[in-house]
Amino acid sequence: MSLVNYATREITCKIVYYGPGRSGKTTNLHYIYSQVPSNRKGQMVSLATQTDRTLFFDFLPIDLGVISGFSTRFQLYTVPGQVYYQTTRKLVLHGADGVVFVADSQARQLDENMESLQDLHANLADHGVDARRLPFVMQYNKQDLPADLILGVPELEEQLNFRGVPSFAADALHGRGVFESLRALSEQVLRKLSNPGGGQR
Amino acid sequence: MRLDARLRFENLIVGAGNRLAVAAARAVAESPGAVYNPLFVYGDTGLGKTHLLCAVGHLVQTLQPGADIEYVSLDEFVEQLHAAVSAGQVDAFSRRHERVDVLLIDDLQFLTGRRETQAEFLRIFERMQAGSKQVMLTSDRPPQEIADVDERLLGRLSGGLIVDVSAPDFETRLAILRAIRQERRLTISSVALEELAGFEFENVRELQGALNRLVAHSTGSHPVQRARTPAAAAATDNPFDDFLSEITTVVQHHVESWQARLREAIQYWNGEGYRTGTLERALARSEPPDVAQLLATFTAAVEQLRELEQSAVREDPALGGNSVFRDPDRAAEAEELVARALAGETPPTGPSPAFARDTYEVGTSNQLAAHAADAVVAEPGTKYTPLVIFGPSGVGKTHLLHAIGNALAAADVAVPPVVAVVHAQQFVDELVTAIQANTLNRWRGRYRALDALLIDDVQFLAGKERTEEEFFLLFNSLAAGRKQIVISCDRPPGEITGLEARLRSRLEGGLAAPIQPPDRVLRERLYARYLKALGRAVDAALLAVLAEPVVQSVREIIGVVNRLGALADARGVELSPALARAELGAARPTPFPGVRSVPRTDGRRDAAFLDHEKVVWEWPDVSARVLEEWR
Repeated sequence: MSLVNYATREITCKIVYYGPGRSGKTTNLHYIYSQVPSNRKGQMVSLATQTDRTLFFDFLPIDLGVISGFSTRFQLYTVPGQVYYQTTRKLVLHGADGVVFVADSQARQLDENMESLQDLHANLADHGVDARRLPFVMQYNKQDLPADLILGVPELEEQLNFRGVPSFAADALHGRGVFESLRALSEQVLRKLSNPGGGQR
Repeated sequence: MRLDARLRFENLIVGAGNRLAVAAARAVAESPGAVYNPLFVYGDTGLGKTHLLCAVGHLVQTLQPGADIEYVSLDEFVEQLHAAVSAGQVDAFSRRHERVDVLLIDDLQFLTGRRETQAEFLRIFERMQAGSKQVMLTSDRPPQEIADVDERLLGRLSGGLIVDVSAPDFETRLAILRAIRQERRLTISSVALEELAGFEFENVRELQGALNRLVAHSTGSHPVQRARTPAAAAATDNPFDDFLSEITTVVQHHVESWQARLREAIQYWNGEGYRTGTLERALARSEPPDVAQLLATFTAAVEQLRELEQSAVREDPALGGNSVFRDPDRAAEAEELVARALAGETPPTGPSPAFARDTYEVGTSNQLAAHAADAVVAEPGTKYTPLVIFGPSGVGKTHLLHAIGNALAAADVAVPPVVAVVHAQQFVDELVTAIQANTLNRWRGRYRALDALLIDDVQFLAGKERTEEEFFLLFNSLAAGRKQIVISCDRPPGEITGLEARLRSRLEGGLAAPIQPPDRVLRERLYARYLKALGRAVDAALLAVLAEPVVQSVREIIGVVNRLGALADARGVELSPALARAELGAARPTPFPGVRSVPRTDGRRDAAFLDHEKVVWEWPDVSARVLEEWR
């Protein structure tokens, strides 16, 4: 997928929110959706199950307007976190320009986080993507929960962020850390535009 | 020359580097002729010497409105003098300058070597001092370091006050920047000025240039900053807008980075004074060009222009700064201009291809010279400079000179060296023409740009004072640049009468290699060569006969060959030893009747050892040998 099309002067970024089930990926998108002016956003497509879990994927197109003569579009996707939607995850991940990994800060979810992270790497590898070169940020969601239920950021950093990517404490429900994550990732993605051969850092 | 109205004491920034000079200049301006006379200010270029001169002129004008102030650069002074000389009005010229109350002369260092000007200047100077008229001079070096200046003038110059101006220190630099900011009403923060002043600029012009660059950058269209500021200011409460403005910045910065790079390059090259049409056109296109490639091409084009300009300036200093050298789009024009300059004023004549090294026969008589020539070709400019080849007329000096020239010019290097082989007479003629046409600088440029200079029959320069002078300067210039100089002469350099001692000693400083009239081996070889050249059969017997008589020059050999050839043709016979003997009047007896020379049969052995004149090959009877030893 060509990120920058100089002929049509378009920039399109596909950003995928990845993470274990119920970590808050769709919540991220909902918050973004609520903040984007209506003339900027497309319809958010959300295919949810009866129990409001993401069945297939969420899709949120955002039109950032014309920047330097380029009409700039972001496409935000979420994957279904549940382990048995492996194929869907893999499909959605295809052609991603960057990944936000939404981790569940709850202490009891640590294993799920790690499993999902491994799953991400396995899927990227299947797509032939070098995970070290893919723009990537960590979001530690649900940091608003009582402190005895969750792990602190330093702990999560230690457990999950072995590559030392930018990470953000978040409360997606109220919007804390949502745009920070997206912004950090977008910057990485766009930086790659000017320096396609270069690594993420 | 008019005083520059902007250069006054009021806007002259005083710092540690120029405090003394400014104080002295003020004192001079307030009471011209009474205090330091002359006032001599020296210092590197761009430190405000001209500013001081003009400031003095303005202040004198203000204080004494009727005062006659003359402000000239030395070049103008020289030109005026030359014009006066050619119009036969030297007296008027002197008188006019004597009437002046304050004489301000800029760039005195160009007095170097201009004797007539120095003499005239000295005369004017003396009269002005006698009349208590003020003289103020500037130069880029102290008087005693200006080369070739008359002692008396030097004494006069040093008689007043000599002060120097040096590079501004930090505080002065900052003060200068602030003054410029105020004068041009620039909106540049003091912090930026301080940062800029922190760099150690050599002179004020560099400082100004840096400030200009800074101004150009801060006012130049830089959409990143412009677009960002309003968005960023408006945001804060809406995270999406905040995000959008961030993304906008990033997109502009990264997606448009090729444009940013191009803009940067355009600004840089504009700052350097080059036109950037190519880059601007690329910038206007929507497709991203290969920026690196584009910039590399552009830089190469600029480099080429620079080279062209340099070579043009070498031909004609007036071509420097021509606008075609500032526009890579007009490279073809620039090339044409240079070609025209080159055609109009070709470099001094090069070596004649007729004289090659491999057709230069070597024998004992010219062995040293030939070896020296080979050494020079192998290591031009380092081994023997100058190489002086001397010997009587017609022994092959010119041939060797051209052979060296050809070999030097054929050197296998990227830039073929410029080699000139000129006869001394031609050298003199060109110089005279240049002086007449007032193109001496161009003449100098042509010669000083040479990589090797070979001058034939240098003895012709003797007694020609101006030529010797110029040759001396040229010699020093070339020697300083480690360029090769080869000279031929009809006698050892030490014996050239009428040549200035300083020049003679320089000629003696290299290697003086003699060429003798051809020895017997050489004669044989030369006969063989010339006979072959005429398509004649060559055999050892014939050569032995031919080479027998001593000749003084190679030309004699050519004469003999031609004569014999004509004779043989007239008689319709082959060229035979008998014919040769008859024609040469071979009645000349050999010194020792018993001695028979052995024709050389082998090819190439040590020439000295095989020299027929030096080696007696057989001693058939004792009497000859005893006689030989007894001698």
